[in-house]
Amino acid sequence: MIRYLIRRILYAVPIALAVGFVCFMLVQIAPGDPINAIVPADAPGEVVEQVRRDYGLDRPLPVQFGIWLAKVAQGDLGRSLATGRTVWSDLSTAIGNTLTLAVAAALLGFTLGCVLGGLAGTFRGSLLDRVAVGAAVAGVSVPHYWLGMVLVVIFSVQLNWLPAMGAGPGGSSDWAWDWEHVQHLVLPAVTLSVIPMGIVTRTVRGIVAEIMNQEFVVALRGKGLTRRGVFLHVVKNAAPNTLAVMGLQLGYLMGGSILVETVFSWPGTGLLLNSAIFQRDLPVLQGTILVLAMFFVALNLAVDLMQTALDPRIRRA
Amino acid sequence: MSPRRRLLLSACLGVLPLLAAATAPGPVRAQGTIRIGMTAADIPLTHGQPDQGFEGNRFTGIPLYDSLTMWDLSQGERPSTVIPGLATEWSVDPNDRTRWIFRLRRGVRFHDGSAFDADAVVWNVRKVLDREAPHYDPRQVGLTATRMPTLRRAEKVDDHTVALYTSEPDSLLPINLTNLFMASPAHWERLRQQHPTAEATWNAFAANPSGTGPFRMARFVPRERVEYVRNPDYWGEPKARAERIVLLPIPEPNARTAALLSGQVDWIEAPAPDAVPQLRARGMQIFQNVQPHVWPWQPCFVGDSPLRDVRVRRALNLAIDREGLKQLLNGMMVPAVGTVPPGHPWWGNPSFRIRTDKAEARRLLAEAGYGPQRPLNLRVQISASGSGQMQPLAMNEFIQQDLRSLHVNVEFDVVDWNTLFTNWRQGCQHATARGAHAINVSYSAMDPFFGLVRFYDSRMAPPVSNNWGHFNDPRFDRLVAEARNAFEPEARDAALARLQAAGVDEALFIWIAHDVGPRAMSPRVRGHVQPQNWFVDLRYPYIQQ
Repeated sequence: MIRYLIRRILYAVPIALAVGFVCFMLVQIAPGDPINAIVPADAPGEVVEQVRRDYGLDRPLPVQFGIWLAKVAQGDLGRSLATGRTVWSDLSTAIGNTLTLAVAAALLGFTLGCVLGGLAGTFRGSLLDRVAVGAAVAGVSVPHYWLGMVLVVIFSVQLNWLPAMGAGPGGSSDWAWDWEHVQHLVLPAVTLSVIPMGIVTRTVRGIVAEIMNQEFVVALRGKGLTRRGVFLHVVKNAAPNTLAVMGLQLGYLMGGSILVETVFSWPGTGLLLNSAIFQRDLPVLQGTILVLAMFFVALNLAVDLMQTALDPRIRRA
Repeated sequence: MSPRRRLLLSACLGVLPLLAAATAPGPVRAQGTIRIGMTAADIPLTHGQPDQGFEGNRFTGIPLYDSLTMWDLSQGERPSTVIPGLATEWSVDPNDRTRWIFRLRRGVRFHDGSAFDADAVVWNVRKVLDREAPHYDPRQVGLTATRMPTLRRAEKVDDHTVALYTSEPDSLLPINLTNLFMASPAHWERLRQQHPTAEATWNAFAANPSGTGPFRMARFVPRERVEYVRNPDYWGEPKARAERIVLLPIPEPNARTAALLSGQVDWIEAPAPDAVPQLRARGMQIFQNVQPHVWPWQPCFVGDSPLRDVRVRRALNLAIDREGLKQLLNGMMVPAVGTVPPGHPWWGNPSFRIRTDKAEARRLLAEAGYGPQRPLNLRVQISASGSGQMQPLAMNEFIQQDLRSLHVNVEFDVVDWNTLFTNWRQGCQHATARGAHAINVSYSAMDPFFGLVRFYDSRMAPPVSNNWGHFNDPRFDRLVAEARNAFEPEARDAALARLQAAGVDEALFIWIAHDVGPRAMSPRVRGHVQPQNWFVDLRYPYIQQ
């Protein structure tokens, strides 16, 4: 197991290099100019060139990439071209905010997904099944930025029950787990939860239905096991695959939804990436994507290990 | 009169002075917190030279800092003019017209308590122009030097007088200087003791700034909010009426509208035109006024561009249905018939009158050889969104459809905003133009350099500046030189008016719209003045208690 762990951690190194390289090249290939993060549109060419020299953006691309890589190896993600702040200072706050939102959305989506999927799988063909499948299809089909706007119109603008934007009355820096703050989380979390809810519902439904048809379930019933006892066996068998899907979904949620965070002005990684993309703020873009990619790798590893713990038949060697 | 009535009358008379005292204008009491939803995705830089275009100057420049010269933002009936700021008077040296003398306002103090004087001015000029200065900040160069293209250095004459030197005689310098905000050298030096580099010190300064403006920063949460409190010691009058200002970046227009309607903010910038009827129905106040802003098609004057022909350019100016476009935007624009609107000091007297006259447009196109048998095919580079671009897709598609009746086929090359203004610096002969005959980049016309000179002066062709179309006419070069050498304000305005009028006569742009800087506010916000300017003075608005 330890060898497996070390191997998986070492796999992360080429992944990090590839992510950094691809991101760097994509920004360079894309039309536009990172210098626009620092100089206004109407800057004369002479000033543009001077600033380009000051920031080292006139150097050959391999040199720029090498410098960035050397700094990253020392734990320095650089400074934002637009604000001058360290990438890490903005990114760490954004990750914290996205984590809050992602965990809330995941709890909601996964719980609903497991319940609906479990019921649909157990009572296949029933009205309940059709309702659950309908909810799942709607969840994965409805554009969540549209859903977000509709929820804002209903609950913020018309009913005035919940705030329309922001991460608390004083911003995320003084976040507290009280209603005054948590109410800001409700609409974005609900909006973000619909896709994982839909996917988990469909996954759990399929797995549960398959397990319910297996002979061991018939045997368990034949031996007179209670419905609760059979349910626990089904859950245990369904858990590894469900966990894998949930892990992926949590990874996607952690990436931050650019659209949902923009609609709700939620100061997470999605909003950070959004402004970095439009400003061509290369250090912020590269740093954010790299950290998120590493988070995804770590999450996958954690899920793999949890799967092994839940089902010893899955061997990791 | 009965004793009872006499008593009643005496009581009434006794109350009168109290009533009078209550209603008489007295010292203004600071009132309320105004929460403003900006269009920016991040807080504009707060170190004294804001980024994010003029929204930055509006919200993190002018409220915290002052400049030597300032815009008069106290009224909305006439175009804003430049007035004394931290300098009380200025003049060019008659013996050396590249040397300007500025006399400084006495008794002004920065928020940290240090004095504003000639040394502070020299220090602030050096921060962007002197690469050897210990506090030189490359980040501020791009944001400042671009707006003062001829300023070269500053020199202290005495504690309250400075000399500013330009690279060539330039009467536009006092207007350019509205963009150079004065940060506190003493505060920066104190922070420098605690930080290893000048860059780190500027970052610390941005989190804890010190200017001379009517507000002081009280709280800064990167990417989320900045809060100001009124500066009771501000040198100017009136002092701010609002007790506190909270600025929130809300880049998504629907989110801004929802935030206002749900009471999370009191003021939003640039509500979507579609949302205006709903905002009005809910009792919100909508402010708008013509802005020194131009939303044009800028022609290419070289190669095989059909826009080299003045008849075609005039025809397009006559063909566009600006009133229809205004309806499309729910009234949120002013039809543009030149770089500045008629009545502006730089309007002049153009002989070509821009209006909607399709018959005349058809005649001019026919004269130029275009019609049903030979349609005019145009390719225009546009963006899908962007600062100052208003509603570029809807507006351009409206024009495209409208021009079809004149056998003008317009094809759009849609790129993102960052790409569009990168291409703008490259010119229409560059590969990035991809064969475009015109480009749709909106611009500010507040400063004559940015509104006129950089487009009409042949020396401003790329890569120097934004003469994207490579327009080159010695007559216009002479008109620009005349304007730059007219040092009396009246003579300078007259020269600029001749330049503007000549540009209209030659139809050097396809002028389409001026933005109106729309903003929506809760009915509780009172006192706001919407000037004919990109900026607003946050000293005026307050919250009705």
